Amino acid sequence: MVAKPVFRTCGFTGLKIHDEAEKLIKINAVTAIVVLAVGGLFGLLVALTRWPTVHLLPADLFYLALTAHGIDILIVWCIFFEVALMYFASSILLQTRIATPKMGWVSYALMVLGAAITNWKVLEGNSSVMMTSYVPMQADPLFYVGLILFAVGALIACFIFLGTLVVAKAEKTYEGSIPLVTFGALVACIIAIYTIASGAIILIPTFLWSIGLISHIDPLMYKVVWWGMGHSSQQINVAAHIAVWYAIAAILFGAKPLSEKVSRCAYLTYIFFLQIASAHHLLVEPGLSSAYKIFNTSYGMYLAVLGSMIHGLTVPGCIEAAQRRRGFNNGMFEWLRKAPWGNPVFSGMFLSLILFGFLGGISGVTMGVEQINIMIHNTIYVPGHFHATVAAGTTLAFMAITYFLVPVLFRRELVMPGLAKLQPYLFGLGMGVFSLFMMGAGTLGVSRRHWDMAFSDAPHAFAHAPAAFLMMGIVGVSAVIAVIGGALFVLVIVGSVLFGKPVVHSAAPAPAPSPVASYGNAEHVAVPGTFALALLFLTMFVLYYFVNWKYLASTWILS
Amino acid sequence: MSITPPEQKVWYNEPVEKTEVIWVLIALTWALIMFAMMPLWHLKGTQNMSNEAYRIQPDVYQARVDAFVEKYKVGEEGHAKTPVVRPPAGSDVYLLARLWEWYPVLELEKGKSYRLHLSSIDWQHGFSVQPANINLQVHPGIDEVVTITPTDAGDFGIICNEYCGIGHHTMLGKIRVVAGK
Repeated sequence: MVAKPVFRTCGFTGLKIHDEAEKLIKINAVTAIVVLAVGGLFGLLVALTRWPTVHLLPADLFYLALTAHGIDILIVWCIFFEVALMYFASSILLQTRIATPKMGWVSYALMVLGAAITNWKVLEGNSSVMMTSYVPMQADPLFYVGLILFAVGALIACFIFLGTLVVAKAEKTYEGSIPLVTFGALVACIIAIYTIASGAIILIPTFLWSIGLISHIDPLMYKVVWWGMGHSSQQINVAAHIAVWYAIAAILFGAKPLSEKVSRCAYLTYIFFLQIASAHHLLVEPGLSSAYKIFNTSYGMYLAVLGSMIHGLTVPGCIEAAQRRRGFNNGMFEWLRKAPWGNPVFSGMFLSLILFGFLGGISGVTMGVEQINIMIHNTIYVPGHFHATVAAGTTLAFMAITYFLVPVLFRRELVMPGLAKLQPYLFGLGMGVFSLFMMGAGTLGVSRRHWDMAFSDAPHAFAHAPAAFLMMGIVGVSAVIAVIGGALFVLVIVGSVLFGKPVVHSAAPAPAPSPVASYGNAEHVAVPGTFALALLFLTMFVLYYFVNWKYLASTWILS
Repeated sequence: MSITPPEQKVWYNEPVEKTEVIWVLIALTWALIMFAMMPLWHLKGTQNMSNEAYRIQPDVYQARVDAFVEKYKVGEEGHAKTPVVRPPAGSDVYLLARLWEWYPVLELEKGKSYRLHLSSIDWQHGFSVQPANINLQVHPGIDEVVTITPTDAGDFGIICNEYCGIGHHTMLGKIRVVAGK
């Protein structure tokens, strides 16, 4: 006999919240934040080692910490938080019960177990193979087992999300199409499923190889399939954090998408073209043709990039439109100046949007050009790029929405609101500078995943330019600033969940921003400020793109 | 709102903003320009990835490198007494990557082209010539052939920039480019 689902009504939003869903969202989000703290600590150790004058860890521990940092942040933190978001976007936004909550706990247990096993093996010191674990380098068999268990858990969570959509449809808890944010979560879920499939296709044979049942894994094939997981997992992040941007725009401003059709079509380009991004990790590999590389690295003639450029307009655009409706109509940017910059939900979200687009987006597309990649592959430019996307983009967006979830789901007030206000700026700007100078050092040839840029134990002498050492010093300082920002986040959130004052609501729900009714053609609201920002973005993009071609033309001749 | 269902039952029937249409067209144009640049550079540019590569057994590759070193060796260099090899312009040049060295040291002439072979006999390595900033991936079992023409004279480091275990950061080789007579 199935117990009748229990709902409560949220005092902030008036949303009906299913208690089983709420518990699952809370536990996944809290676990994510704990992992963020652990992974962030490893990141700090890595950064302090790469800071030339500090050079903290010995080589073996450096490679160990770097492996743990990559796995814990790029995979474990992001996916745990995304599971929480999927449950939120389905059960709570659709006002329905979550499907098979017991399986939700099975999923959670598998993910925790898998992450723990992989971390254990890495910390033991015999699996410092980096997150990518390229064959023929071999890790402990349990290293792969842990990743596989984690992926199975995540896959179950994807199906619970899909099941919840089915329940909502069958029980008619909403009419018409699902909301845009849920649509974004659905896109993330679909990408997650083929990401996990790619992971299974490569990690299961690799595990069998590690225990001696398979004699050989082809290194090139490994990379092609592994990146089907490795990069696509970051596309889950993109789809998820864009959904978070739209959600925050709706929560804070009552913003409606400029048009549902354009935003959703942009999402669809992700489903169609993102998986082929595997190729842009393989641009300087031998044995793959240029035709293959060009089509795939461009995400199908840059149509998925087009999708991101569209979101880059429509997310700030919907905020501008809502703000103008509210009367912030002076000049181009009053809507932005008078936005709630002191509210970490907004400041985190907007910094995430800007940093992701201007730093992560432009650098990512440029370095993904088949030929330009020759100057960038495996230099520290690469982690510069993906800290702009995953840390300053995804992680900051997830931090921002957490500030909203604490009062709504945990029903606690934030402790230390002053620090919470400061936190997104410290983390976002710290990460922004950190990314930028890693990219700078990369263009000077500094290698990623490298313990000693001075080459003191090498058989020959080689010295990087002094500017490269200076930039790596700035990288170290800005990493410390970003880590302080990250630590404040953990402190404020964990402190609030444990010790925050319980939220007390007056009888009536607090006045949520009244939703913007409709724009569309008839009630057209111009968004000149956003359009100007978009043109600024495009100008920088074009300049930076061609500057890199110019640099490329000045190096040795290759054919 | 973005967190509530759209007004139209079917979202595809929702109206579209004019600003968005303009931006989509601009962005699409830019996307197509970027796409065209890559094939165009293959036709007009002088820095392109080679599409030439062969499957090879590591011991076969090792034997070719050894024969190459024996034929053109002119000296030794560095703590490990790595042989220095000066091959004639236009010839096939072999560079071997292994844990944790680049073998041998190459002496090339500025402005001359060489067919550079790259392969590993153990794990993957990263061929990163600095400060020219040319970065290519090196695989075991694949003989990659790149035609390379150094355009600056001087000593260049070959950093390994694919993580290859605990000695990774000591894996540093050398290419010396001498000005032509």
